[in-house]
Amino acid sequence: MSAMDGNLRELYQEVIFDHNRQPRNFHEMPEADHHADGHNPLCGDQLTVYLRIDNDVIQDVSFVGHGCAISTASASLMTEAVKGKTVAEVEALFKDFHALLTDTPPERDFGKLAVLTGVREFPARVKCATLAWHTLHNALIGDHTPAHTE
Amino acid sequence: MNTVADLRHTASATRLPVADDFPILARPVHGRRLAYLDNGATTQKPTAVIEAEARFYRESNANIHRGVHWLSQHATELYDGARATVQRFIGAARADEIIFTRGTTEAINLVANTWGRKQLTAGDEILITTLEHHSNIVPWQMLCEQTGAVLKVAPVNEIGEVELAGFDALLSPRTRLVAITHISNALGSINPVAEMVEHAHAVGAVVLVDGAQAVAHQAVDVQALGCDFYAFSGHKLYGPTGIGVLYGRAELLADMPPWQGGGDMIRTVSFERSTYAEAPQRFEAGTPNIAGAVALAAAIDYVQALGMKRIVAHEHALLEHATAALRAIPGLRMVGTAANKAGILSFMIEHIHPHDLGTILDSEGVAIRAGHHCAMPLMTRFGIPGTARASLAIYNDETDIAALVTAIEKAQALFGTRKKA
Repeated sequence: MSAMDGNLRELYQEVIFDHNRQPRNFHEMPEADHHADGHNPLCGDQLTVYLRIDNDVIQDVSFVGHGCAISTASASLMTEAVKGKTVAEVEALFKDFHALLTDTPPERDFGKLAVLTGVREFPARVKCATLAWHTLHNALIGDHTPAHTE
Repeated sequence: MNTVADLRHTASATRLPVADDFPILARPVHGRRLAYLDNGATTQKPTAVIEAEARFYRESNANIHRGVHWLSQHATELYDGARATVQRFIGAARADEIIFTRGTTEAINLVANTWGRKQLTAGDEILITTLEHHSNIVPWQMLCEQTGAVLKVAPVNEIGEVELAGFDALLSPRTRLVAITHISNALGSINPVAEMVEHAHAVGAVVLVDGAQAVAHQAVDVQALGCDFYAFSGHKLYGPTGIGVLYGRAELLADMPPWQGGGDMIRTVSFERSTYAEAPQRFEAGTPNIAGAVALAAAIDYVQALGMKRIVAHEHALLEHATAALRAIPGLRMVGTAANKAGILSFMIEHIHPHDLGTILDSEGVAIRAGHHCAMPLMTRFGIPGTARASLAIYNDETDIAALVTAIEKAQALFGTRKKA
């Protein structure tokens, strides 16, 4: 197996395929109090993130849209990771997750999100893994212009 | 095991003996033999072109048109010679109908900003087709905003062809400009340009043809086509980036105001008023890409030495081979199957997004393009976010297609979507 094949297997782990085939929290949310759209014009990836926030805590989160396996799985894993967290905790997690993919990984337990670490070796795909998070951030701050990753 | 060099020299019916001319093809990617199938984005450069550009800087570099010293006269002769080479290559009547630009995009923007701004007024119509690249859409949208002109779009059918009936239905005496691609970069469809020009001229419209995907893959004769403007880029023709061409009929160029102002495009300058040079200098403000023009001429010489008939025959045979090979893959759907088609294969693989496919193919040394190919409205027409696109050139062969097929099968295996044939 070449180094590249190893990198490819790191990128496309079983968890990614699972979340791509059956994304979690994949539905609209009419009762959402926050939402935002995200768009990667270069790929055509598009999604909407919905949130219900109560007492500064993410009570519920969902998404709809279409994109590559990395972007769909990342959005799905994100919804699982942020549910029940405070807004401040989620923003801190986004910052750390971004660093995990692009920079010096911070010391913390990323839980299932760690499966996306393989994206580090594919700089062209970082935007796929972070689109959902940028969109979530826009939903949290009430920015209704479509989120992007550039 | 065969080495990369061995594979390059295996005898084949669909191979031109040119791979050795392209040094980059000898470099492995991710430890694999490079199968470069992204020629629609840019082609690789033969040694003859790389050397022509280097030789210009080593032996001939000086600014042009200021020629009291020998080197400047020499550089001017090379630059003018490049213009004459382009003129002969596309069958223009006169060398001063050839304007050097940065590429196709700048050539189209030049027409929009000079001819367009002078000629169009509110209610005039510009007709394009659904096949267009963004560079043949956006400049016209900007022109419409400036002038009040209206953009009309001829439809394509299910297999990616512009049908003349649909095109003709949108022509009217209000149509002032028709801007059409010669060959679709996303689907490979070849437009019936000569007929479209004839029909457009019948209503009095001026016709611009985007030849970015055409000049390297078929013989182009602008007088036979009858078009008024023809735009193309050097880098898709085995030449350098940053050099391109706008052909314009002399009568039209003579009546067009300049676009960018500066040195080289003037006749006289005073603080009260400046007068402008004739075409093509009027449209080439500032020091141009002299080395690029010289290297583009070298690329044209290279292509012509090989012979356009051989190139067309080779790429057509390889397209047929590749189409059959891809169609045999279960779960693969071709997008764009025009009857008259150049060497571009756009496709979707069931359950695998084009970007995932692009990454996995790359790991096998197979370079393709994945996405909307700067033709978002065309993708919308087919209800898809994008495709995977393999685009062929003179150095591609059956080994490249075999690598493409193997890599697609690897992606299907990885995604667990591989079906039995």
